[in-house]
Amino acid sequence: MIEVQDLRKAFGKVQAVDGVSFMARDGEITGLLGPNGAGKTTTLRMLYTLMRPDSGSIRVDGIDAIHDALAARQHLGVLPDARGVYKRLSARENIGYFARLHGLSGAALRTRVDAMIALLEMQDIAERRSEGFSQGQRVKVALARALVHEPHNLILDEPGNGLDVMATRALREFLRRLRGEGRCVLFSSHIMQEIAALCDRIIVIARGRVIAMGSSDELRARTGANNLEDAFVSLIGSGEGLAA
Amino acid sequence: MSLRPSFARSLRAAWTVYLKEVRENLRDKRTVLNALITGPLLGPLLFGLIFSFTLQRQLADAEKPLPVPVIGAAYAPDLIHALEAQGMVLKPAPNNAAAAIRAHRAEVVLVIPRDYDKAWRAGQPAGVELYYDSARQDSRTPVTRLKKMLQGYAGISAAQRLLVRGISPLLLRPVVAEDRDLATPQSRSALMFSILPYFFVLTVFLGGMYLAIDTTAGERERQSLEPLLVNPVSRGTILSGKLAATVSFALISLTLSIIAFGVVGRFLPVEKLDVVLDLGPRFAAFVLLLMLPLTVLLGALQTLVAAFAKSYREAQTYLSILMLLPVIPSLLLAVVPLRAQLWMYAVPLLGQQLGIMDLVRGEALGARELAACLIGTSLAALLAWLLARWLYASERLAVSA
Repeated sequence: MIEVQDLRKAFGKVQAVDGVSFMARDGEITGLLGPNGAGKTTTLRMLYTLMRPDSGSIRVDGIDAIHDALAARQHLGVLPDARGVYKRLSARENIGYFARLHGLSGAALRTRVDAMIALLEMQDIAERRSEGFSQGQRVKVALARALVHEPHNLILDEPGNGLDVMATRALREFLRRLRGEGRCVLFSSHIMQEIAALCDRIIVIARGRVIAMGSSDELRARTGANNLEDAFVSLIGSGEGLAA
Repeated sequence: MSLRPSFARSLRAAWTVYLKEVRENLRDKRTVLNALITGPLLGPLLFGLIFSFTLQRQLADAEKPLPVPVIGAAYAPDLIHALEAQGMVLKPAPNNAAAAIRAHRAEVVLVIPRDYDKAWRAGQPAGVELYYDSARQDSRTPVTRLKKMLQGYAGISAAQRLLVRGISPLLLRPVVAEDRDLATPQSRSALMFSILPYFFVLTVFLGGMYLAIDTTAGERERQSLEPLLVNPVSRGTILSGKLAATVSFALISLTLSIIAFGVVGRFLPVEKLDVVLDLGPRFAAFVLLLMLPLTVLLGALQTLVAAFAKSYREAQTYLSILMLLPVIPSLLLAVVPLRAQLWMYAVPLLGQQLGIMDLVRGEALGARELAACLIGTSLAALLAWLLARWLYASERLAVSA
């Protein structure tokens, strides 16, 4: 579970995140929807402790993520916007590297890495150097290394970026499966379809603030719109920076 | 109490980072080629070439016959005869002495004027002219040798004239200066080999450069830094692992280079120049010891600079500028001949330069000097490492462009 209270972050004079509060629950997929530049990536970067907020609080499974970042990271699996893999290492070595940094070793490490390779169906590329992997294959490696320590919470920044239809479908299937295991899944997107198809709860964010929050039914009811797309546009004020 | 397990965890994490960086870079042909082959071999080969070339020229210049075109040789047969006895070879006269020099057809031309014989007979100073271009390196030795031959002839002739008149030629030498050169073969070699320390520093620099860039600016450019920093390992620990990998490559590079210098040193005909060059195991061990803290210092500086470059390319540019830094002490010592004092050994780079020169000179490196060098550079290395750790924690660093 991830709880965020009144998060703020400024870069110079630009207030990128301006008082964001929300909760991402276990066993649910929570979506952060907003146009490009709304502050989604900055918010997520603060959640996964890459950046320090100017003020506000973040709790990951009850751990204060600002003051005890290392402990919070053990409860987090992260697929950041930057998802480069080490090209001169094989897929297995890439996953193993992160597993070791999480303190795994020996037989436990092998078991976990094998499990991730089976889970993401990447047996065919496991021993290959990552040089020349397709976008979909790279995302698989990035996901595998993010989940190798079995984190209870998963944060994904625009996970659908650059994926083809098949890979996107597989990714959605995978996220649903994690939800089924009772994990907390939080991801950001500027693609309304993606949010609508997956999310139990939606947080609409624009200009660094949370504009609305709720299930898709609740958001439609609140705006009086027939479909989710119209609801989003009416909430944000324009469709600019969003994608259907 | 809780500090110890967490320290052990950090150490293990740093070791993990270290192993991964080493493995990844060993798979990169360009890095291996530059850090472990070209880098270490370039210095010794270059050094060997420069040395042999210098040697051959000096030996050849000193021993071989000196060809000199002479205009008006017929006016002074006695002089020509005396010069030929000293090793000069008479060459056909050019039409114009100055033109021959300018056209590089000769290094020096001797001109004997028509009235030479008249002046000689009258007991007047008989002038001869030497044409040469002092701006040309290759003219220096022939001109010096020819002047010496002429002086020799003049001296003998003067002595004969005085003797004929019943005067002792010794009257003309009221004061005699005699050379007592205390230079040993080792100390003479020091002058010649003062470039050696710079080669070692350069090797360290080149050996670590690729990793310093690859593990920082390169990692960010390839978008894998952000995922890495999300792991439950402090940034200082990650940096330390990366720095250790950089330093390891630099040290291997240096070791190979020292070995290569030792091999090249065996084949250089140094004894012909009356100098001594001992690049044996003792020399190698001391150089390695002196360079160890400097390697850490340079690695930390390289990492520091590369970590803040926006791209791989920018990092390369900055590091090339940083590479000029080690030239400073070498230049300083060349321009301002300092008398080595203890505090100078404590200055990074300068200390290594002085220490290695002591070794080349065959003098024992004093314990105090050795300690000053090791402690001074180690402290600087520690500082650079802490500074790099501190700056590496900056937020700006992680965010991929």
